[in-house]
Amino acid sequence: MSAAPSGAAAQDLFRFVLRLGDLSLVLGQRLGEWVGHAPALEEDLGLANVALDLIGQARLLLTYAGEIEAKGRGEDELAFLREHGDYFNAVLAEQPNGDFGRTIVRQVLIDAFQLELYERMATSTDERLAAIAAKSVKEVRYHLRYSSDWLVRLGDGTEASNARVQAALEALWPYTVELFAEDELDRSMADRGVAPRLSDVQAAWSARIDAILAAATLQRPKDRPHAWHGKRGQHSEHLGYILAEMQHLQRTYPGARW
Amino acid sequence: MSNTMEEGREWPLYEVFVRARGGLDHKHVGSLHASDARMAIDHARDLYTRRQEGVSIWVVPSKEITASDPAETDSLFEPARDKIYRHPTFYEIPDEVKTL
Repeated sequence: MSAAPSGAAAQDLFRFVLRLGDLSLVLGQRLGEWVGHAPALEEDLGLANVALDLIGQARLLLTYAGEIEAKGRGEDELAFLREHGDYFNAVLAEQPNGDFGRTIVRQVLIDAFQLELYERMATSTDERLAAIAAKSVKEVRYHLRYSSDWLVRLGDGTEASNARVQAALEALWPYTVELFAEDELDRSMADRGVAPRLSDVQAAWSARIDAILAAATLQRPKDRPHAWHGKRGQHSEHLGYILAEMQHLQRTYPGARW
Repeated sequence: MSNTMEEGREWPLYEVFVRARGGLDHKHVGSLHASDARMAIDHARDLYTRRQEGVSIWVVPSKEITASDPAETDSLFEPARDKIYRHPTFYEIPDEVKTL
C-alpha cells in the first residue's frame, strides 16, 4: 500500500493497529510486574526480556497508529494518555499474573497467537505492518520457545506443578475465544489483505497448542462460548489497575521525559 | 528473589561459553543455574547475549568440568617458565612478511 489510507479506511486501520499494539503493550506491562519477584534471577531476566520485546512491538505499532490517525498523537500519548475504554487489547492479556505457572499459561496462549498472526501478517498488503510483523515474528518465536518449554516442565513435572498449570489453563482458556472472534473490523482487514483470516490463525494456533499440551501432559479445556469485548474497548476490572500504574507518571508530570 | 530455590534443591550450575562472531572461539563468559541444558541455553541467551554479545552459545554442566588442582600449580606450570625458547621469538622475520 503506497498512499496512506484516509477517511473511514484510516479509522478502521487505526483501530486495528491499536488492537495489535495494545495486546503487546498490556501483556508487556503485566510481565514487567515480575521484575524483582521471579522465582530465580535467571527467570527475572527471562521475563523482563520478553516484556521488553513486547513493549518494543507496542512502540512500533502505536507510533504507526498515531501516524494513521494524523492528529499529532505519538506512541507516548497513545500509551499513557488514553482512557480505559480506548484500549483495544483482548482481555486475556490483562488477566493477573497469578503464580509463575499461570503467567506461563497466559504467555503460551498469547505467544502462539502472535506467532501465527505475525507469520501471516509478514505478507500484509500494508507494508508497514508487514515490516513490523517480520521483525516481531523472530521475537515471538523465542517467546513461545521460552513459555512452552516452561509449560512442558511444569505440566510434566510434579503432581503439584501439573495441578497448578492445569487449573490456570482452565481459568484462562475461556478468554482465548476473543482472540479468534472475528468481527466486522477483523473481516474488513482480512478482505483488504492487511491481516490474515482469524479462522486460519485459529486453526494453526489450535494445532500448535494441542502439541504443546500433549507434551506437557495437560488436558485441553472444553471451549465455552463466551463473549469478551476487549477488542472493542470493554475490559475486565483489571485493566484499570494496570493503566493506573502505567500512566501515573505521565499524568502526574505531563510531558515528562528522561 | 533467590537463586537457591530451597536448601539442597537448587538448580544445577552450568558454565556458559559465547562465540562473539563467526570465526572466533567460544569464550567462557560466566555461569548460571538451570534445571536442564535447554533451559541453560535460554538463560544464557537472556543473561549473556542481550547486548548483542554473541552468535552462538555453549553450555556445559559445571560438574562435568575437570579442573587442575591449584595445589599442583607449581609442578604443573612452573617447569615451563624457564623454557622461553619454546616461544618462536628467535626467528628473524623478513621485512616482506607483514603479518605473522
